[in-house]
Amino acid sequence: MENEGQEKDSEIVTEVNLKEDFQASGVADILSELDNSLIGLTPVKTRIKETASLLLVDKAREKLGLVNESPTLHMSFSGNPGTGKTTVALKMANLLFRLGYVRKGHLVTVTRDDLVGQYIGHTAPKTKEVLKKAMGGVLFIDEAYYLYRPENERDYGQEAIEILLQVMENNRDDLVVILAGYKDKMDKFFESNPGFRSRIAHHIDFPDYSNNELLEIAEVMVASMNYQFNEESKKAMAEYIKIRKKQPHFANARSIRNAIDRARLRQANRVFNNSKGPIGASFLSQIEDIDIRQSRVFSGGIDK
Amino acid sequence: MRVTQGTFSFLPDFTDQQIHEQVQYCIDNGWAVSIEYTDDPHPRNTYWEMWGHPMFDNPDAAAVVYELNECRKIYGSYYIRIIAFDSSPGWESIRLSFIVNRPSEEPGFKLSRTEVKGRNIQYSITPYSSDNPQGSRYK
Ligand SMILES: Nc1ncnc2c1ncn2[C@@H]1O[C@H](COP(=O)(O)OP(=O)(O)O)[C@@H](O)[C@H]1O
Ligand SMILES: [Mg+2]
Repeated sequence: MENEGQEKDSEIVTEVNLKEDFQASGVADILSELDNSLIGLTPVKTRIKETASLLLVDKAREKLGLVNESPTLHMSFSGNPGTGKTTVALKMANLLFRLGYVRKGHLVTVTRDDLVGQYIGHTAPKTKEVLKKAMGGVLFIDEAYYLYRPENERDYGQEAIEILLQVMENNRDDLVVILAGYKDKMDKFFESNPGFRSRIAHHIDFPDYSNNELLEIAEVMVASMNYQFNEESKKAMAEYIKIRKKQPHFANARSIRNAIDRARLRQANRVFNNSKGPIGASFLSQIEDIDIRQSRVFSGGIDK
Repeated sequence: MRVTQGTFSFLPDFTDQQIHEQVQYCIDNGWAVSIEYTDDPHPRNTYWEMWGHPMFDNPDAAAVVYELNECRKIYGSYYIRIIAFDSSPGWESIRLSFIVNRPSEEPGFKLSRTEVKGRNIQYSITPYSSDNPQGSRYK
């Protein structure tokens, strides 16, 4: 062990090959997977590519002895529900792992309830348990602003915040924290918690999807479950999106996923009720427009 | 007198980085890692105080090093050891145990000889530090 250390010290690196590092680390694969598996999100993808280049260059500079401080990697993802924050966080964890900034690359997703306790003395151990589980990977705190409840001065959330801030500062090599939530609430949260603001280096905004993007997402989702639309059902889906988007509790891609889950249910019912003899794969995977048009949304109702 | 117990006992004390690597080895083997402390270094004192619970579901050793440093904040003048338990035989058995923290001064052990029947001699050892009550043995 000791010898290895000495060898490393005596081996002076004078050159790095960024392109080689890029390929060898598998970062290239993740970025192209990000491009292909996620529809739209252009600004997010651009930001992630920029961040990846920065981190790759930073690692190279570290090898040449040009930096010795590890960079702050904590991030905030802001955007409406269903815009892909959790999905991207998962990819980000993998990316940081490939770049060598976290040792394991797993993602631990929590909300206020996982961090904050019910009584005095309950919060600190709870928060620490979560932090320890996330070490070596990424801690994703969804709707992070609920940790801060200024209207109740005895709220235990403050205790969790203090421990989080401490670990985010002192254990920068051990874990990366991503805070996520609605943009306006996140902005307000950062305004009243300068400790978080100063510890977060990367803010990424997730825009809402356009109707076309939502339709494309629907197609990707359907295909990934081995179903397919035809002309009519695709048209029905497009109309569904148009109406559903104007209704309350619309949650971007998540609403699409839910709509598809319900369409599959109706499809299954239809297939079962109409089948008399043997049926093939194509029949079992076809989503007809009736499967979508039977949704309450088309008759003035509301889908969750 | 430097107390030696457990694995690696004749090596110099580990750095946190080296502790991290040993603990990671334990975790990667599926062993549960625990932190214990005591101010009674008698070799027959096998039951040390537990610092929290054994850790089962932390994939990275940083979690253990973090807790070790929390423990040091309070029991920095005590002996602290790391223990790895393997449950694969069907019960928890200790695979590895090593000291990761020790008092800055270790006064050692008093050896006493008692002459018993037939001019036989019985030996026993007592840590000098245990003259003081628990909690006030090391600074
Ligand atoms: N750009 C996208 N392309 C394909 N599927 C997406 C996209 N964005 C989100 N999804 C899907 O939508 C669902 C909700 O996404 P999620 O990441 O949980 O959103 P958020 O965390 O922002 O609420 C997931 O099932 C995810 O796979
Ligand atoms: Mg989410």
